[in-house]
Amino acid sequence: MSKIQARFARLQAEGRKALIPFITAGDPSPQATLPLMRALVDGGADIIELGVPFSDPMADGPTIQRASERALAAGMSLRRVLEIVTEFRRADAETPVVLMGYANPIEAMGIEAFVAGAAAAGVDGVLVVDYPPQESESFATELKAAAIDPIYLLAPTSSEQRMREVGRCGSGYIYYVSLTGVTGAGHLDHAQVAERIPSIREAVGMPVGVGFGIRDAASAKRIGRIADAVVIGSRIIEEIEGAGEERAPTRVRALIGEIREALDSL
Amino acid sequence: MQMADASYSLPDARGHFGPYGGIFVAETLIPALDELRQAYEACRQDPDFRAEFEYELKHYVGRPSPVYHAERWSRELGGAQIYLKREDLNHTGAHKVNNCIGQAMLARRMGKPRVIAETGAGQHGVATATVAARYGMKCVVYMGSEDVRRQAANVYRMKLLGAEVVPVESGSRTLKDALNEAMRDWVTNVADTFYIIGTVAGPHPYPAMVRDFQCVIGRECIEQMPELAGRQPDYVIACVGGGSNAMGIFHPYIPDPGVRLVGVEAAGDGLASGRHAASLAAGTPGVLHGNRTYLLQNEDGQIIETHSISAGLDYPGVGPEHAWLKDSGRAEYVGVTDDEALQAFHDLCRFEGIIPALESSHALAYASRLAPTLATDRILLVNLSGRGDKDMHTVAERCGIQF
Repeated sequence: MSKIQARFARLQAEGRKALIPFITAGDPSPQATLPLMRALVDGGADIIELGVPFSDPMADGPTIQRASERALAAGMSLRRVLEIVTEFRRADAETPVVLMGYANPIEAMGIEAFVAGAAAAGVDGVLVVDYPPQESESFATELKAAAIDPIYLLAPTSSEQRMREVGRCGSGYIYYVSLTGVTGAGHLDHAQVAERIPSIREAVGMPVGVGFGIRDAASAKRIGRIADAVVIGSRIIEEIEGAGEERAPTRVRALIGEIREALDSL
Repeated sequence: MQMADASYSLPDARGHFGPYGGIFVAETLIPALDELRQAYEACRQDPDFRAEFEYELKHYVGRPSPVYHAERWSRELGGAQIYLKREDLNHTGAHKVNNCIGQAMLARRMGKPRVIAETGAGQHGVATATVAARYGMKCVVYMGSEDVRRQAANVYRMKLLGAEVVPVESGSRTLKDALNEAMRDWVTNVADTFYIIGTVAGPHPYPAMVRDFQCVIGRECIEQMPELAGRQPDYVIACVGGGSNAMGIFHPYIPDPGVRLVGVEAAGDGLASGRHAASLAAGTPGVLHGNRTYLLQNEDGQIIETHSISAGLDYPGVGPEHAWLKDSGRAEYVGVTDDEALQAFHDLCRFEGIIPALESSHALAYASRLAPTLATDRILLVNLSGRGDKDMHTVAERCGIQF
């Protein structure tokens, strides 16, 4: 059982929901990331999604694109993201880390080198936004062989057949993007999400995390009632932007703490 | 819209040209691409759709565009005979409109009342705005704010045609960023919106679909060349940014081994300078904008900023079928610098009375380099993909002239 699967099993036994925050590695600087990851864990994160910055983040909204631009300007690269995870693992052997990014930096490193590097660093899952199942079957197989979960997205527009395909290729959990749109967008059709989750869970046979459009404790709580995990990203990036590098860990820890509390009150 | 040759039947069912092409997009776009693929397959086999497309090309665009023997320029160069496929004479002044009509007709069949497009130089944006006006569709064009500044006349043209032009402030504020933004719009508004991509790139089925709509260029040449020159050309030469005018003229010639296909990329200040847009000559394979192809990228896989005097060639990727044609050796790709393109621009003005687009001037420049090395009975066919009125400002500025 992977670390991600073990974490979900434990949470389920405790009757709790998973909290999965996202930050972009290297935003606003390479040194800032490790303290932020620790703040996320201290605040109550179950799994950390660490964004690998890319010059052309097509599926992200302006907030995460800005984070990517800051990180790249500060010299962040996929190689350095792996170094950060290695460093994080020295003090935290427990919290699963999922890398989230785009295909090109991985292909530039070489898939074999990336999988080996990610496994050595202690990465537990990888989500490549522009690798749909039909283009990434061998990639997913290699990840699984290295005990890394390939995480896939599903969308409100996904068909039943698509869900089964994603269920076959992926492992760990499914990331259901609750909006037909980019990250950081405003509205969340809660009723629609609630209606879809049970059939998705059944089709994929994995826990379902919901992301895109979750802004605070209240919206997280509403999603927590229906999903297995709540993913929150753009809102944290905004907090980091507003706080500045020095105060960011404290502010982020407080924000995650509030959401944790809300989820645990369910 | 029929295949020229049954033995060359790329892409495969999943949109691959050998290792290139494919569908590399976020999950949210997968159903939209499925829907598009199905609609396109139905339309391309529908005689009514094809008849309407041909009617539009004839009566609205003004096709067939002529082939013209540039006799004076050929004599001046002292070698092969240069023939020009006059896509510059199309309505809106470039080849782009062929594809826009095809996609807008498809959008109408699919019941999508809103079309969006990305544009670099503005030619594809103008062609999209034109066709949207013709069909009564709402039209939004994304354009890098740097390009909005460089191409003010085209921005105004699009507005006159009723389109909304959205300047894109992210990244390098050029074509690739406009493409990112258009993709985001499509993801968000997929139910009522059709994304008219302007080149043979992007996720399947775009590279094949845009090529098919542009193939009218090469098919006409195959009919016109024997009439005018007594035979097919020895070389077909076209500029390559994303590569739609080149695919349009190359594709029908692929089965004819006697015809050499040459794509001309923008070498900017020279390949050695690092300031260029020659993805095939100087790039490496990677994944961007929905397809695998040659890209200009750094060692970390980040896309790098490109440079060309011609905004339409200023793009860090290239259509996946060109990547395949390069690797397979069926087509060859060469670079032409800003200065060489400008020289060809001036030559064509002076010797033939034709003001070419700076994009097309790259193809002309290569022809002028090649012609003197060949006998006078050799034939070069150059795709004159657009007219140069839009480039007056850039050329004047480069020559130190102020209006």
